[in-house]
Amino acid sequence: MKIIAFFATFITGFLLIYATVDMPDWGDPNSPPNAHVSPRYIEKVILETATPNIVTAVLADYRGYDTFGESVVIFTAGIICLMLLRRTSDD
Amino acid sequence: MINRYENVVIETVSRLLVPALQLFGLYVIAHGHGSPGGGFQGGCILAASFILMVIAYDIRVAKSHMSENLNTILCCLGVFIYGGIGLLCVILGGNFLDYSVLHKILPVDPVKARYMGILGVEIGVGMAVMAVMISIFLNIASRGEHEGHENSVSVSAGVSDRRNNE
Repeated sequence: MKIIAFFATFITGFLLIYATVDMPDWGDPNSPPNAHVSPRYIEKVILETATPNIVTAVLADYRGYDTFGESVVIFTAGIICLMLLRRTSDD
Repeated sequence: MINRYENVVIETVSRLLVPALQLFGLYVIAHGHGSPGGGFQGGCILAASFILMVIAYDIRVAKSHMSENLNTILCCLGVFIYGGIGLLCVILGGNFLDYSVLHKILPVDPVKARYMGILGVEIGVGMAVMAVMISIFLNIASRGEHEGHENSVSVSAGVSDRRNNE
């Protein structure tokens, strides 16, 4: 069983590393995200949202739905901890 | 349960540090537009100030400043503010979380309305993150005991007895 697990891990790791080679270079200005989305945000963020911090504008405005999901995840984690750990009088 | 261990140095330093930490946390939330920061980071700093209070004093002193009921209400209210701003945009005729339609109820132009929408959302996230961090910490540190619990003393004694027997 350990040998099967080792081979599964090895093959998955090999595939991941093999796929990483095809990725664009770090900071490559011609890679797709740097050629389409980033210039759009950098040029228009002040005009559209009046926010100097591009990270905040992308986080809370352009990707607001994603951040809403994040805060719901945190809220759910807190409520689940409350439900699991808190003692009620009947136990 | 974290019991109080009297130490003048630790208590004095944390008494000086807690207001400064809370002020810095509010600054990080409010100034997320212009500098690194935002709701998540500021909420964590606010929660850290409360956790410092629990460590330097004990849980009862800390709970007297911030009760668990209030904490749970803040936790829900933070997410409610975020979702409420999103739904308010829908009610005013835009898309979900499209803050530019907020200019109909705010005395600003649509561009500045998006700025204000981001600020409101960050405040909601900050409240939720702070309350959740405090809630998880309190529930783990106090083994789930709380002020409304009837036999918290006997339950905690039972747990420690079992520990001793093992």
